[in-house]
Amino acid sequence: MSKHTLSVLVENKPGVLARIAALFSRRGFNIDSLAVGPTEHPDISRMTIVVNVEDLPLEQVTKQLNKLVNVIKIVELDPDAAVRRELVLVKVRADSETRSQITEIVTLFRAKTVDVSPDAVTVEATGSSDKLEAMLKMLEPYGIKELVQSGMVAVGRGARSITDRSLRALDRSA
Amino acid sequence: MTEQAAAAPQRGETSPVAEPMTGAQSLIRSLEAVGVETMFGLPGGAILPAYDPLMDSVKVRHILVRHEQGAGHAATGYAQATGKVGVCMATSGPGATNLVTPIADAYMDSVPIVAITGQVASAAIGTDAFQEADICGITMPITKHNFLVTDPAEIPRVISEAFHIAATGRPGPVLVDIAKDALQARTVFRWPPEHQLPGYRPVTKPHAKQIREAARLLTTSKRPVLYIGGGVIKSGATAELRILAELTGAPVVTTLMALGAFPDTHDQHLGMPGMHGSVAAVTALQKADLLFAVGTRFDDRVTGRLDTFAPHAKIVHADIDPAEIGKNRTADVPIVGDAREILADLIQAVQAEFAGGTTADYTEWWQQLNGWRKTYPVGYDAAPDNMLSPQQVIERIGQLVGPDAIYAAGVGQHQMWASQFLTFERPATWLNSGGAGTMGYAVPAAMGAKAGMPDTPVWAIDGDGCFQMTNQELVTCALNNIPIKVAVINNGSLGMVRQWQTLFYDQRYSNTVLHSGPEHDGVAQPAQGTRIPDFVKLSEAMGCVGLRCERPEDLDAVIQQAMAINDAPVVIDFIVHQDAMVWPMVAAGTSNDEILAARDVRPDFGDQLD
Repeated sequence: MSKHTLSVLVENKPGVLARIAALFSRRGFNIDSLAVGPTEHPDISRMTIVVNVEDLPLEQVTKQLNKLVNVIKIVELDPDAAVRRELVLVKVRADSETRSQITEIVTLFRAKTVDVSPDAVTVEATGSSDKLEAMLKMLEPYGIKELVQSGMVAVGRGARSITDRSLRALDRSA
Repeated sequence: MTEQAAAAPQRGETSPVAEPMTGAQSLIRSLEAVGVETMFGLPGGAILPAYDPLMDSVKVRHILVRHEQGAGHAATGYAQATGKVGVCMATSGPGATNLVTPIADAYMDSVPIVAITGQVASAAIGTDAFQEADICGITMPITKHNFLVTDPAEIPRVISEAFHIAATGRPGPVLVDIAKDALQARTVFRWPPEHQLPGYRPVTKPHAKQIREAARLLTTSKRPVLYIGGGVIKSGATAELRILAELTGAPVVTTLMALGAFPDTHDQHLGMPGMHGSVAAVTALQKADLLFAVGTRFDDRVTGRLDTFAPHAKIVHADIDPAEIGKNRTADVPIVGDAREILADLIQAVQAEFAGGTTADYTEWWQQLNGWRKTYPVGYDAAPDNMLSPQQVIERIGQLVGPDAIYAAGVGQHQMWASQFLTFERPATWLNSGGAGTMGYAVPAAMGAKAGMPDTPVWAIDGDGCFQMTNQELVTCALNNIPIKVAVINNGSLGMVRQWQTLFYDQRYSNTVLHSGPEHDGVAQPAQGTRIPDFVKLSEAMGCVGLRCERPEDLDAVIQQAMAINDAPVVIDFIVHQDAMVWPMVAAGTSNDEILAARDVRPDFGDQLD
């Protein structure tokens, strides 16, 4: 199995997320992570879906997704030619003794301390999965009280945009 | 299919229209504008506003069914027989959920239907209101697309889009759920609407390079088979298929969904492949060096155990749905497009190959094929003790009624016998539930077909199990001048399940006896048992002519008697013997190489040593 990152442009309409999630579940494909949000065009949302499949099932996933009427475009992002980021918010146990050590780790990973209390600090970090994993490993010994992580968002490197042509199609049909 | 749909929105309204009216009126005007002539439905609270303007429509004939499932299958039968989009309508909640089975059925068989359902008022959605069901959520996995409309201004556009999506590309069911307040509110009916479907672009034109490659493979292969599916009928490509077949001389097999796509009597036709296909058709696929698959999806009932299916064959797979290509079997030459365009282009490409000096020579292949055909024709054993055999009944109906009629079947043994012993010469004369295997399909589907094709004889070949699921629509037929014929092949049991119990469950007939209560062991004849229900009386009670046939010597006379009646639906209760089985058979989960021509009879392919 290998991980693939799909950027999926969809119409910004009610129920689209449900259609996509249901498609994955009924065809037996597993979603590793899913992030959805608005784009530069109000009628289009963009999903970044990370799936863990072999190449052949991946082709089937993509084709089935493409059949959904609300799906406008699907691009598989090459990991070497894309910027991929996740966001993590983590609440770490910290007292007067350990707080400075934690702050040092936070600085090393270019993360941010966003909340401090006598017993804990909350750290915000963005980055690739590897970087976040490494940071969490460093924080773990202090005691992780709570952790929340976003799905991955990703964009291809360079000047080309995957939305350009889709927007033109949308303008034509509107 | 594609062209008809594209042309549809222009049929009703010619110049742009903008008129104030209610959402319900706008719905009916939209249906008229897309060219709906016949629809099937049953009203209820949430859809009630739509039924009021429907009463005044002179363009749309609404046929009041007795159960919403009947409306759904009728829409499917109508669509399969006419090539137009079938339409059914129901209210919210249970009305809508009663459409679920026919929608799933149409989805599996790629039949273009539009289902319109009422929904509770938009303010009540999500509150568990009376007769509320999330029908969009429920039908998401079994529709090509669905819509929830809460703004009356959207009604014309959504209806137009629904018909466009249902009929184009790979056809399929589309559901439009409309909130009651959207039907009641004032709005402006604007026509023609502009579609907003940026993500819907079916590919119909095949890639020229793939076509050339496919033509090269076809003309250079030694043992090709044209493996033809229902897509060829849906795209209206049967003339092109015949030209291509005769041009190359290649053998043809037609799947259950494609019966009639190529004449059964044509010398190049090997029959139907699959679990109950002919030995020649099944074996041809197994021994072929090239499968030329058009509009078909390598369904498990055709392939048997997939990893042993057609082991020597290269695959050319042409389909309108890219997701079907490579789904079950990797294609060496994938072709995405409309079957008619693909076959038309292929004819030219093959002609070009021949002009370039290639000569297709299948002589040796035909010697083999003809050997299998001759040695293992599809046949049946005579019934014991002067009883009727089900195959004989179906065969004789086909002979007397002829290949111009439309035949609809339920699901089970009678369906398979109908596929084997009726002779299909023309497309859209065979309606059945192929993918979903929906028992009870035949009567309502026949009703829909007859409503759409009133001048064509329509025969439902039904089983006594299936018949008891949906026969209420005979009332609809009787009251609406829809004179279908129903041949109930009455073996007193759920015959196909019983066949599996005979073969795989030690003849323990658990819950397959229909003619008697649980004290009957299912083995003892006669099959008619208690005669509960009495199908003749039941039919008469529903306004039909009820006939019964129990002896072979009466067979012709009863069929002819039914054929002569055209002012009422006719039901014939054919009492047949219960032990008849469907042969040939490839047992589920086994390889097509293990096909049995009859019980314990494996054909000799000259490979018995390996």
